[in-house]
Amino acid sequence: MIQIHQVSKSFGDQNILRDISATFHPGKVNFIIGRSGSGKSVLTKCTVGLLEPDQGHVTYDGRDFTAMDRVARKAVRQEIGMLFQGSALFDSMTVEENVTFPLRMFSDMTAEEKRERASVCLARVELANAAGKFPSELSGGMQKRVGIARAIAMNPRYLFCDEPNSGLDPQTSIVIDNLIGDLTEEFNMTTVVVSHDMNSVMEASDFIHFVHQGQIAWHGASEDLLQAQNPDLEAFIFASKLMKKVRQTTSS
Amino acid sequence: MRVFFHIGRYAAFMRHVIRRPERGEIFRRLLVEEMNAIGLQSLGIVALLSVFMGAVICIQTAHQIGGWIPVYTIGFTVRQTMILEFSPTLIPVILAGKVGSNIASQLGTMRVTEQIDALEIMGVNSAGYLVLPKMIAALVCIPFLVILSMALGIGAGMWVGVSTGVSSAADFEYGMQIDFNAFDVTYALIKTCVFALIISSVSAYHGYFTSGGALEVGRSSTKAVVYAVVIVMVANLLLTQMLLG
Repeated sequence: MIQIHQVSKSFGDQNILRDISATFHPGKVNFIIGRSGSGKSVLTKCTVGLLEPDQGHVTYDGRDFTAMDRVARKAVRQEIGMLFQGSALFDSMTVEENVTFPLRMFSDMTAEEKRERASVCLARVELANAAGKFPSELSGGMQKRVGIARAIAMNPRYLFCDEPNSGLDPQTSIVIDNLIGDLTEEFNMTTVVVSHDMNSVMEASDFIHFVHQGQIAWHGASEDLLQAQNPDLEAFIFASKLMKKVRQTTSS
Repeated sequence: MRVFFHIGRYAAFMRHVIRRPERGEIFRRLLVEEMNAIGLQSLGIVALLSVFMGAVICIQTAHQIGGWIPVYTIGFTVRQTMILEFSPTLIPVILAGKVGSNIASQLGTMRVTEQIDALEIMGVNSAGYLVLPKMIAALVCIPFLVILSMALGIGAGMWVGVSTGVSSAADFEYGMQIDFNAFDVTYALIKTCVFALIISSVSAYHGYFTSGGALEVGRSSTKAVVYAVVIVMVANLLLTQMLLG
């Protein structure tokens, strides 16, 4: 379980996060949703330690991550897998080298064991035959799947996905969403997904936190989302014609 | 105030860079790759420029000396100019353009495509992993390139001097050996080592702290070269005063 306690973050005189508290449940896909610029990416970066919060703290299964020194943080970070918006694959390495990278850095596996682990992870994302390719030779969806394979290579307890569907077509998005959901269940990970894609939210979320103007304006289970009585959340969810139609259908 | 911010951030950055590498064998592999990129791939340009510099100094000196200055002065001037200034200063300045912009754009691209964040999330000390091999490779390779430059420059000066008839081989050789002080080479190599560290670390600093997109990567690359050259020039003055003054 990941808990965020009263986290605030400002850049200059801009208050991006204001006293945010949230809980991300283990074995579940926890979504952080909100409009562009609402602070959801900053919240994620504060949670994983890429940004230091001005106040408040973040705990991973009771361990206060914000108060940890560099060595202790390093140990927690090895339990974290992250899928980045642009995949963030190392472009000078092959797909297999990308997946084995964390193993090479932090495990005592033999070369053969690392290769085996990479092929298991790549097979799990259905890219077993792409091991020798470079990231530039792959499509956006394939790069995302390699990013997921790299993220799960170390058997993480926590998985973060920053806009996993950005730039992908709806069908590929569903593949990625299902993969995230399946892996969360399979590895019993605490998964946090940052997204503003409502299709993805409807497809993969178990719990949702809606960030608005630097605060959690609503949170709850995904089945309660469409009935939520929050004008900002409603405006966000039903912004598209498709979702307006869904509302009409469900209300009739 | 902005200068103090950069000095402070640079110092903090260097503190992360010079930490012990996480994996010795990975560090050694990266070091070899960087030595190839910084050293071997700069051989051609260093050799070409050194040959032309030596040749031009020879012709210019021959043009300057009148009948009352001994001809061996040509060999002496080519040697002193190449050893004291051209090779240890001009070659690093050229490498600041070639190697420095390469380092800054590589790290800048890794920053804007979140590859550096990916390293951090995995628990890797990204500054150390990415920058330390580059700095050590520069520290090892650039002095070798400078020594090569000295030899090629002096050799080319002699070849041009003899082939154009402005000096005999014997006069040039005599001038080359006269009043030789071995400390001049030591001074040149001390300068070169300091410049190598400046070029690699200043370029890495600008690349590592790039924010934004492709435009900012270009800006960082330009800034890296400009700042590295300016700092090399200031360090040149200070070191010359300290070591020769």
